[in-house]
Amino acid sequence: MSATTANARSAGTLARTWAKVRLLRESPVGMVGAFLVVFWIVVAILAPWIAPYDPNASNMDALADPGPSAVNWLGTDNQGRDILSRIMWGSRTVLGVAPVAVLIAYTIGCFMGLLAGYYRGWVDQLVNRIADIILSFPAIVLYIIVIMRLGPSAFNVVMAVVFIASPQIIRIVRGMTLELREQDYVAAAKMRGESALYIMLAEILPNARGPLIVDACLRMGYTTITIGVLGFLGLGLPPPAPDWGGMVKDTYAMMTIYPHMALFPALSITSLVVGFSLLADGIREISLKD
Amino acid sequence: MLAFLGKRLASLIFTMLAVSILVFVAFEFTPGQVARKVLGPFATQDQVDQLTEKMGLNRPVIERYFEWLGHTLSGNLGYSTLFKTDVNNIIWGRLGNTLLLAAIAFVIIVVFSIVFGIAAGMREGSKLDRVISVSSIVTTSVPEFASGVFLASIFVIWLNLLPGTSPLDPGGEWSIPSQLVLPVAVMVLYDLGYVVRMVRASMVEVMTKPYIRTAVLKGLSFRQVILKHALRNAMIAPFTVILLQINYLVTGVVVVEAVFAYPGFGRMLLESALAQDVATVEAASLFAVFVTVSTQILGDLGYMYLNPRIRFS
Amino acid sequence: MEDMTAATAKNLPAGAAQRQARPKPILELRNVAISYMVRAGELKVIPNVSLSLHQGEALGLVGESGCGKSTLAYAIMRYLGGAGRLAGGQILFEGRDMRKMSEAELRSIRGSRMAMVYQDPMSSLNPVIPVGRQLMEVPMVHSGASEADAKKRALDMLREVKLPDPETLFNRYPHQLSGGQQQRVVIAMALMAEPSLLVMDEPTTGLDVTVEAAVLDLVATLRRKHNTAIVFISHNLGTVVRICDRIGVMYAGELVEEGSIAEVFRDPSHPYTRGLLNAIPSLNADKRNRPLSAIPGQVPPILARPKGCVFAPRCVYVEPGRCTTKPIDTMFYGESGLHRVKCVRTRELPRHTRPGAANGNDAESSSAVAEPVLLVGKLAKAYRQTSGMFGGGGYDVHAVDGIDLAAGRGTTLAIVGESGCGKSTFAKVLTGIEQATGGSVQLAGAEIGSTPVEARDAAIKRAIQMVFQNPDSTLNPSHSIGYVLSRAIRKLRGVGGREARAETEALLKTVNLPEEFASRKPRQLSGGQKQRVAIARALAGEPELILADEPVSALDVSVQAAIINLLVEIQQKRGATLLFISHDLSVVRYLADHVAVMYLGKVMEFGSVAEVFSPPYHPYTEALMSAVPIADPDVKQERIILEGAIPSPTERPKGCPFATRCHRKIGAICDEQVPPEQRTETGHRIACHIPLAELRAVEKFAF
Repeated sequence: MSATTANARSAGTLARTWAKVRLLRESPVGMVGAFLVVFWIVVAILAPWIAPYDPNASNMDALADPGPSAVNWLGTDNQGRDILSRIMWGSRTVLGVAPVAVLIAYTIGCFMGLLAGYYRGWVDQLVNRIADIILSFPAIVLYIIVIMRLGPSAFNVVMAVVFIASPQIIRIVRGMTLELREQDYVAAAKMRGESALYIMLAEILPNARGPLIVDACLRMGYTTITIGVLGFLGLGLPPPAPDWGGMVKDTYAMMTIYPHMALFPALSITSLVVGFSLLADGIREISLKD
Repeated sequence: MLAFLGKRLASLIFTMLAVSILVFVAFEFTPGQVARKVLGPFATQDQVDQLTEKMGLNRPVIERYFEWLGHTLSGNLGYSTLFKTDVNNIIWGRLGNTLLLAAIAFVIIVVFSIVFGIAAGMREGSKLDRVISVSSIVTTSVPEFASGVFLASIFVIWLNLLPGTSPLDPGGEWSIPSQLVLPVAVMVLYDLGYVVRMVRASMVEVMTKPYIRTAVLKGLSFRQVILKHALRNAMIAPFTVILLQINYLVTGVVVVEAVFAYPGFGRMLLESALAQDVATVEAASLFAVFVTVSTQILGDLGYMYLNPRIRFS
Repeated sequence: MEDMTAATAKNLPAGAAQRQARPKPILELRNVAISYMVRAGELKVIPNVSLSLHQGEALGLVGESGCGKSTLAYAIMRYLGGAGRLAGGQILFEGRDMRKMSEAELRSIRGSRMAMVYQDPMSSLNPVIPVGRQLMEVPMVHSGASEADAKKRALDMLREVKLPDPETLFNRYPHQLSGGQQQRVVIAMALMAEPSLLVMDEPTTGLDVTVEAAVLDLVATLRRKHNTAIVFISHNLGTVVRICDRIGVMYAGELVEEGSIAEVFRDPSHPYTRGLLNAIPSLNADKRNRPLSAIPGQVPPILARPKGCVFAPRCVYVEPGRCTTKPIDTMFYGESGLHRVKCVRTRELPRHTRPGAANGNDAESSSAVAEPVLLVGKLAKAYRQTSGMFGGGGYDVHAVDGIDLAAGRGTTLAIVGESGCGKSTFAKVLTGIEQATGGSVQLAGAEIGSTPVEARDAAIKRAIQMVFQNPDSTLNPSHSIGYVLSRAIRKLRGVGGREARAETEALLKTVNLPEEFASRKPRQLSGGQKQRVAIARALAGEPELILADEPVSALDVSVQAAIINLLVEIQQKRGATLLFISHDLSVVRYLADHVAVMYLGKVMEFGSVAEVFSPPYHPYTEALMSAVPIADPDVKQERIILEGAIPSPTERPKGCPFATRCHRKIGAICDEQVPPEQRTETGHRIACHIPLAELRAVEKFAF
């Protein structure tokens, strides 16, 4: 195959993907979601250039009057740090950790789910049992145990999310594989001598992608909540890294006097999660129309 | 039916055993660490070794596991290094407080999720459906600590109607019921939308089924179609989901309790975890898993009862 | 009934007077237009249909899928869902305009004056309510009957639809009944309030042919007894002949022809009706003497319907200009004056002659199999059904129970049987997706019965390929047609690159598809086109044996004919052996050289197509043949209505598997002893206790 046809093909794929993205315009709810998500992605990317202050620099003078002002648009926190800058940098924490965690969880989940659903039998039994055991822990309890044993760090947060999300993804992928493996085109592939790996990756997985994309988008939202919650409980990133959940935790005690300190980070995380959820709903809506 | 029950019970025991091993491995595998944790960072190595010896921690792992399991099963949950008392003295009172919170929230969630879910799902795409659906998506997307902040801003700071914390002290400024309002509200807000969407999805699916058409073309009114033909079918799938909320309500209250300083099970778990109080965390996690697994079995049984296709097969 | 006699009383002049002389119809559709609101705007699904139905009369509506017959049925019930609406015209039911009725008025007639029977009885019944309760609802809602009264009427009705043991059945849930029983319950429910109009939407589609025959028989009896008018929707012309007095042919939203059964079948006047009739394989025709005539092309999508005659693009008699410029009027035609046709050229068309059996080379009469490519000996497949807590103490379900078969090189072996007979399990064993638990399967000398497909060597994989039943699951929706074919070529023949691409094009040509299809995705193809691609894929490795599992049963009859012709053509050109699995006897009669009739995992009869289709018949074969609805009102054949349902493989009878339903059962021996396999000198085998001489003494069926 020559390079030009390969290029032409990938250009075609790109065009088709873009056409699908444009379909989202038919779902107003999805558009709102996409706007929120894109907004935060842009903020996260540009944070070093657009954040007005160093997120960790304390301005002791501001402690006297930490409210929003012309200098600090969203005010300063309990240590005199600029809240706007901390929110901007904090978006990097969330949008750095969540996609990595979701991606790893998906890699594991798809692989194990395909194996369990395709081979069934003892492989399925084994994978299912392990998933059952992990899922029998309430998620938050598991987070607490994992972080308590491993200590708070971005890496450990990712580990914890992967540990808890993978079994759920395994369940989804396994269910779809069980259904798809009975399709006649899978039998046809077996009859022409395709390997099990090819069948799983080329015949089954692509046809499971619709629901998986929706789930992945929702899961980005859940993971954002999880990261926030861990931060709020003091199990997230060690200070002074800016982290929305941690920002709420540090200032919640001062709610009655300075509500803005907790309110702005709470609004930020809410808007991002709402964005992911609405986007997922929009994608689901247009995929049903197709 | 009995065979199924037996299978589920066997799997419950298996899961609990596996979980106990996991918990044991996570917390007590390396002997020195336990003693170190008990004694704190400033103890000398000598003291640690002595305590290890005294606690019998240098015996084989298997032996220690079964001893630990035996103690746990006989109700001896160990000594809490955080609360400086036996775990038994602390856990049950906390659990009671949490159950109070959970029970109120559960009743509200069940009632409202069914009402909203059915109302939204019976006419897919209607205005009512869209309003309920989008509201559910938004409310479930607000993290509990964030909705705590929002609700506190409105009802505590702005309107001064409710207390910002719920320590459940009877002699305080605020009555006990008023202390429960915000925690319950946060839990309901976070959880209700999810269940509503499950009920709605099931209802939407049922409404497209040919037997609904049969009912309509039999001459039944819309009301009769919904109440007699749709409702029961629509509740089969979400039943398990609704029961599973008990887990969230009993063990997932960590955040809500942390927000409102509520003296419950969740906050106990969090505090003991932050303080590396192994015995309390072990007991709490085993209990949490027990709740999960038993609600799953309960869910399966209810599902079987509701669905004659499984009941008579 | 009176109308029929009036209509057939000849020598009356103009039809108009006669039309006026008839009593007021129960149902009258005047210029009914139905449209659906979609994102793109308003879709005129049915632009203009008029028809009328008198008391006790049964009208069949036929046509391919997508022609609007079900839409019309639901419009009569005024049930069009949120997006559909009656855009014009009137639907008069018992003289009242349905369009002007309030919701409350509609409720009062639905289920009481007019009732409906649906295509899929299982899903039409509420799964969580016992069937008796569902019946009781009807009188309780409509006549305010008391519980006890309603229960009594429900039980009476269950008895009337000939359900065994109504008291027990009353408390059963739908899933505990067989398909045939479910449909009887639905019919009972529809008749609870003695409606004057019954709308039946494909009521027997999906039922096995013997069960279908029994249900049709019941409908015919009940209709006479209650004098109910019936609108009977079906894609099967044969079932319409069994039930109806009149037939309406629908195409692309229009009623193109309508008249009495006798008139329309003897003198089909619309080219589409002729096309439908010609596409059915039946009556003495087989692959040796006449190809089936398919209707070229397919039903146009609603937005692409032509301006003039909707059938013009597919019509062999089309005359550009007259046929294609403006919509065609309905004209009355024929002697009775009640035969309506929507074709400007009706009077000019040559009179339709039914294609008879040409005297070609007749089917081989000897049942011996020469040069066998496939040899199946004592093949068995049992599934282990586990029970109990630890999977101990299970029992075996014998899906295939010791079958002997052979297929000769370049010939077609057909396996026919109803659901649960083991034909699909047999196919799975051949493909290696499942493994045999006993006996042997030899393909060109190699033993493959218990080798899973993964363990078969390349030559065997190449030698056996399959065409599947369901066009929607046969092709991977994510892969383009070109990829599907070139991948098969590469894996089976080890050919890649330019050569594979050329080969792909050649394969597309073989199955009569244009080259451009290579870049299409399966969802852009129609069902028939997908099956063509599936056949091309099966041909990629130039197999010795092509296994075709009901390859046409999901297709419309006109498309089905084209696919069957293609299979015949390929077999003749390539000399491949075809194993054709089907439940459709007329297709089998047309296509097969040898036939095996299976029932509950056993071969009841095996022989050449000529011998299987003439006496001696196995009693089951005989029942199957009598059950086939034949699309010809002039063929009168004895109908054998079998009692009861096909037993599930878990409760297989001890002796002859067919003993529980056999109309020729001779006594306890049938229940207790496995029947011997009787052979004629030509190799025709029948597994039955009745002596061949006695079996020989029945009349030959018309096909």
